[in-house]
Amino acid sequence: MALAGAEATIEPASEPVEPERKRRLRLTPYLLLLPGIAWLAIFFVWPMFTLAKTSLSSQDLAGDYVFSWHFQTYKDAFSLYHSQFVRSFIYAAIATASALAISFPLAYTIAFKSGKWKNLLLVLVIAPFFTSFLIRTLAWQTILADNGIVSKIFNDLGLYNVLKALHLVQSDQLLNTPFAVISGLTYNFLPFMTLPLYASLEKIDLRLLEAGADLYGSPWTTFRKVTWPLSLPGVVAGTLLTFIPAAGDYINSKLLGNVNTTMIGQVIDGQFLRVLDYPTASALSFSLMLAILIIVIIYIRRAGTEELV
Amino acid sequence: MSAVATRPASVAGRSSRKPARKPRGPIVWLREHIIQILAFFAFVYLLLPNVVVIIFSFNEPRGRYNLTFEQFSLNAWLHPCGAPGICSSVGLSLRIGFLATLFATLLGTMIAFALVRHRFPGRSSSNLLIFMPMATPEVVMGSSLLTLFVGPLHVIPLGFQTILIAHIMFCISFVVVTVKARLAGLDPRLEEAAMDLYANEWETLRRITLPLVAPGIAAAALLSFSLSFDDYIITSFNASPATQTFPMYVWGASTRGTPVQINVIGTIMFFVSLACVGVAQYVAFRRSRARAS
Repeated sequence: MALAGAEATIEPASEPVEPERKRRLRLTPYLLLLPGIAWLAIFFVWPMFTLAKTSLSSQDLAGDYVFSWHFQTYKDAFSLYHSQFVRSFIYAAIATASALAISFPLAYTIAFKSGKWKNLLLVLVIAPFFTSFLIRTLAWQTILADNGIVSKIFNDLGLYNVLKALHLVQSDQLLNTPFAVISGLTYNFLPFMTLPLYASLEKIDLRLLEAGADLYGSPWTTFRKVTWPLSLPGVVAGTLLTFIPAAGDYINSKLLGNVNTTMIGQVIDGQFLRVLDYPTASALSFSLMLAILIIVIIYIRRAGTEELV
Repeated sequence: MSAVATRPASVAGRSSRKPARKPRGPIVWLREHIIQILAFFAFVYLLLPNVVVIIFSFNEPRGRYNLTFEQFSLNAWLHPCGAPGICSSVGLSLRIGFLATLFATLLGTMIAFALVRHRFPGRSSSNLLIFMPMATPEVVMGSSLLTLFVGPLHVIPLGFQTILIAHIMFCISFVVVTVKARLAGLDPRLEEAAMDLYANEWETLRRITLPLVAPGIAAAALLSFSLSFDDYIITSFNASPATQTFPMYVWGASTRGTPVQINVIGTIMFFVSLACVGVAQYVAFRRSRARAS
């Protein structure tokens, strides 16, 4: 079904009366596209249909799953797991906002203040990726440990009370709390925010910023009226690249959280690979996909950016 | 690290077009450099885990977990395969990484050429299809592939082949985007000039276009390899118990006990990647030098 749709779009329009060379040229793009697009159609689009089909299946008497428009699965799955759903989106939103706040000075410094060190600093931004992200997330267990240095600094500065007021920690402990999970999410996807932000900041003509200052704009006004609007394409790309993987992630909530920080990805993983309840797992997975798609479409409409890829 | 992040700030401050000012108090300095100071802390946040991974590769932990530093030891470095199963998982990840990179780079580069060099009906829907995998959470891609491989395509047993198929799938989009960026920046007149000088299409591709796009293709290949080597979520949905990649080994270890060898492999990965980037930068530098002279 998915295949048929994809092939319809790659079918070349053949016009019989054409010189041979010109026709070959018209076919070239399709021949170049065919293997890669076919791969994506079979192993990305088709699975979305089998996922939807599995989510609407129910077990027959022999124990096999058969397609039966069984929408009840969605209802049951939501009544059981709506809190994990909501939590995933809240955590992802906080992590995205934090990543934006941390990335802006970082990208700004690299774009405008780094001089000949620019390339080195850019390498440092992607350097975390050089080590497997699971190993780095395990390293956060060490960093946030109870008698570790971060815990001590937080204690000395009285930050625990702030975090408690925000319900991000329960006691004087950082590891296995919502705070740890959100910090881990922010950390893991930070370069996805910094790099697009840097790319759009770098294109800004420095003379525009100088003009802002020459026209008696305070640094804050110049930022608000010139820098920020011009960086918006990077902000939109960065927030999407951070929010989408963060909402589906369950590595951070598993390694840095507790039973009350479970995110929806963790539920999907458990239902598929341990409980083996394929319809429920598929229903949750398909809903996650739809929810993210809707959020992304609304967001892009509001931000008014067309050119993303 | 601190020297790196704060030096450029002072350089930029000195070279500003205003005349040199008299040194002022530390509060003023702080206010003028607040953005650089924030950037410095952001770098600390980004790089601290890497530093911890390296330091803890020299640890001799007492329990099963490598969480607190007890004693300096070279034990894990001398016996990197000392933890059972770790080296075979690295081997499997390397094999899948190489094959996935090869196929994804080939398929993705072809798509990038079609999209940048040709206008044709169906171009924007192809763009959308390439964008979609990058905008889909990994858990959705992994689980949907599982429903395909236990459903209509159950002839392909879960294991090496399904992992490879999945990795090629999610690497293609990143290759397309990377190669497209390089290709779009090329001056098409270079190719037209070659054609004017009686090179046929194949010769133009081989002697003009490909050498100019090569850095983009190399970057795309490196990106694919690191994406494939590092992937846990999608892989975990499409693996069999017999095919344990390195990220799956680390995930399992996080509940069973983490051997120090994990940190050794992480540290080796870090410096090998750093060396790759260093070599790439050096080659780019030499090339720009050669062109300038």
